[in-house]
Amino acid sequence: MLAQVPAILIDGVMAASMMFIIAVGLTLIYGVMKILNVAHGSLYALGAYTAATFAGLWLSGGHAPLGSYAVLVASAIVVGLVTGPVIERGLLRFMYGRDEIVLVLVTYAVFLVLEDLTKLVFGVDPLLVAEPYGLLGNLDIGPLTYPTYSVALIGVALIVGAVLAFVINKTKAGKMLRAVIHDREMSAAVGINVARVYLVTFTVGAMLAALGGALTAPTTSVQPGIGAEKIVLAFAIVVIGGLGSLGGAALGALIVGIVQAAAVHWKPELELFSVYIVMAIVLIVRPKGLFAIPEARKI
Amino acid sequence: MAYVLEARGLNKNFGAVTAAANINVGFQQGSVVGLIGSNGAGKTTFINMVTGYLKPSSGTIHFEGRDITALAPRDITQLGICRSFQIPQLFNSLSVAENVKVGVGICARNARGKAAPLDENQQVEKLIERFSLAAYRDQLGGLLPEGIRKLLDIAMAVAGRPQILLLDEPTSGVSADEKFRLMDMVMDALKTEGVSVLFVEHDMDIVARYTQRVLAFYEGRIISDGDPATVLDDAEVRKYVIGDTHHAASGVADA
Amino acid sequence: MRDRTVLSLVAALLALLVAGRILPQWAISYASVALYTGIVVLGMILMIRTGLVSFGQGLYYALGAYAAGTLDHLWKTSDLLTMVVVGALVASVVAFVLGFLLTKYRDIFFAMLSLAFSMILYGLLVKSSELGSTDGFGLSVKTFAGIALEQPRTTIYTVAAIIAFLAALGMHWYFRSHLGRLAGAIKDNELRVEYMGTSVRRVIHINYIISAALAGIGGALMAATIGHVDPETTAYWTTSGEFVFISIFSGTTSVFAPFLGAAIFEAVRTFAAQYFPNTWQMTLGVTMLFVIMFLPGGVWSLFQRARRTA
Repeated sequence: MLAQVPAILIDGVMAASMMFIIAVGLTLIYGVMKILNVAHGSLYALGAYTAATFAGLWLSGGHAPLGSYAVLVASAIVVGLVTGPVIERGLLRFMYGRDEIVLVLVTYAVFLVLEDLTKLVFGVDPLLVAEPYGLLGNLDIGPLTYPTYSVALIGVALIVGAVLAFVINKTKAGKMLRAVIHDREMSAAVGINVARVYLVTFTVGAMLAALGGALTAPTTSVQPGIGAEKIVLAFAIVVIGGLGSLGGAALGALIVGIVQAAAVHWKPELELFSVYIVMAIVLIVRPKGLFAIPEARKI
Repeated sequence: MAYVLEARGLNKNFGAVTAAANINVGFQQGSVVGLIGSNGAGKTTFINMVTGYLKPSSGTIHFEGRDITALAPRDITQLGICRSFQIPQLFNSLSVAENVKVGVGICARNARGKAAPLDENQQVEKLIERFSLAAYRDQLGGLLPEGIRKLLDIAMAVAGRPQILLLDEPTSGVSADEKFRLMDMVMDALKTEGVSVLFVEHDMDIVARYTQRVLAFYEGRIISDGDPATVLDDAEVRKYVIGDTHHAASGVADA
Repeated sequence: MRDRTVLSLVAALLALLVAGRILPQWAISYASVALYTGIVVLGMILMIRTGLVSFGQGLYYALGAYAAGTLDHLWKTSDLLTMVVVGALVASVVAFVLGFLLTKYRDIFFAMLSLAFSMILYGLLVKSSELGSTDGFGLSVKTFAGIALEQPRTTIYTVAAIIAFLAALGMHWYFRSHLGRLAGAIKDNELRVEYMGTSVRRVIHINYIISAALAGIGGALMAATIGHVDPETTAYWTTSGEFVFISIFSGTTSVFAPFLGAAIFEAVRTFAAQYFPNTWQMTLGVTMLFVIMFLPGGVWSLFQRARRTA
């Protein structure tokens, strides 16, 4: 049983990398806008479908196979750039100021709409474009063999995390972001263009969700329902990590990834809900998640 | 006479900030005490500790001889200490009458077995009348004018039939000409209930007129404790609380 | 008691009972669905009026449904009354236990934690081969309180109508009681309630158990009506999401609202499933947005307005 630990850790980290890219966008949107974006799941799916479709076209058009990676990433960016502003400016903007739970329902409604929209545009048949996955060959880590693609994804996740951390902590834009996270009203009072911060945050979040989908697409069969599955996992991760925390999303993703991998290896019966048990345990010990943002006194 | 409420060696630190420094003070049943001090001097912190919202860093609080330091707010309320709030804490989507009804209902159920049963409806009407809320009885809490919100907030505290009532800035946010009317109403209503009242106040005219005793807070300490005339004239109090340019009222106001 | 709501409820029950004798089978099935869904939503609304939105009501719905199902499937007890009572009991006991934990949380955390528990049950059900895993299993109802049923479908409908009546009546009286008043107070200002001398957690716990019991009863009735239970239509988070949707869609001010809302929802769902299967979710989503933006009081507010102008 112990012999499986290395495999579990590697599987876990690989899964975590993928989940991190999705979760970090979700936690960012929550931290800045106080919205739990249920539509994140469908943006993930949209990213997956778009990327798979265009990568498939690219490859069947006889273009350089390595270029398909650029196509995947580009698809994600385009999906984010289109859906982000449309959803935020076109809908969410009119709902600010209402109860948090109402905003969750709004994003849930968007999720429902996007799920069917995706079906209408891309059809209901599974889409499998596996070439980019196998293109880079395999990597030997000790006695275990992994697709190089999956290992590369760990690198992508690290880069995404590093870039976000840098922007948030070391740039002026990041400072404004942190100000808005802390106190929206105060930020507006000191002249920060909160509307623009919201727009940018949501768009970046959408891009990240789509990127998660785009990069996962080659490894699996893209079909209706993948968004619904991923969003609940993403919820679990951001709640475990602490809503609004970048580090929390990373740690949460690692925990979820490793726990799921452990379940798959040791107790497959637990696989489906091991994550929720972990979430329940974390919330019991740390009611607001691991890296929660403290709240000010009310009276 | 024994103290009905007593604080012994109360300290409260928030990191480097000292909100309460070695507070030792006792109150007798039936007294009306004013707590003055500039913002951040520790008055609200004191009330928050007495009512259980904050736990002191060290020290104890006793009510009728019993140590209540570690109790939760609702337990302290059940024992007989109620409070009103700086920013009125109402039930905005309930009507004025319903707001009072909630308070009376809770009090009635807590009193079951301990005291004579309460006619709840009668109690509600009595409170509405005492605090001059009749004209607003069906208005939603969220739509009331500020002065009425204050009155309702206090009425809800009184609904708990307390022995000790803590009022946190009862006249703040109320216009100058309304202040005395409001305090008259409140103090009249309380006279018939026989409660001890401690209230935080920034308006020295109000303090001079309605209190028998004044505590002046500064940087978490009580720097003066005595009758209004003495305290309000104290040099330190004038320097740190009132400000040199204000002359303490002698209790005669032209209201 | 000249209470208009009570009279209306009685009238509604009588109308339903009469209708049960003359309506065709498909209408009776449809009405049953609206009734048991309404019962679940009634429970949701109790929690919403207390300030908490559960995204995991599917947990209790599934417990009720599977309790009813296993009574027939594993223990050969095909008695409707037993199913409903056991469904309610199982849900209540689990809610009693989970309530100790869940009542410590609010807002998003309450929503997420309740979702987590429903997904845990989902996982357990999917992995359970005795319970049919993802396919679930079928059940049938043969008796009520020991009496053999000649027309099970109609009896289930009648029982659902009576339970809906009792639940709505009970909820109506509850909201007029001290505890019911506390729910709204807690939603508005929990701190003040605590400061007035009562335990907020205790009230939330009680309301949580009541809403769970209603969901359990709804689940049991659903199992009896549909004749089949499976994990996805009961415990999966999208089912809980539907209950949330219907609650908001219906409106929270009247005990009639959940039944009206459920009826409309079910009608649109059946219609859409037949003619627009790939745009059913979109329809739901757009409707939800419309209600959130323009009808914050739910469709009931439309009904109220129509009544006033009539």
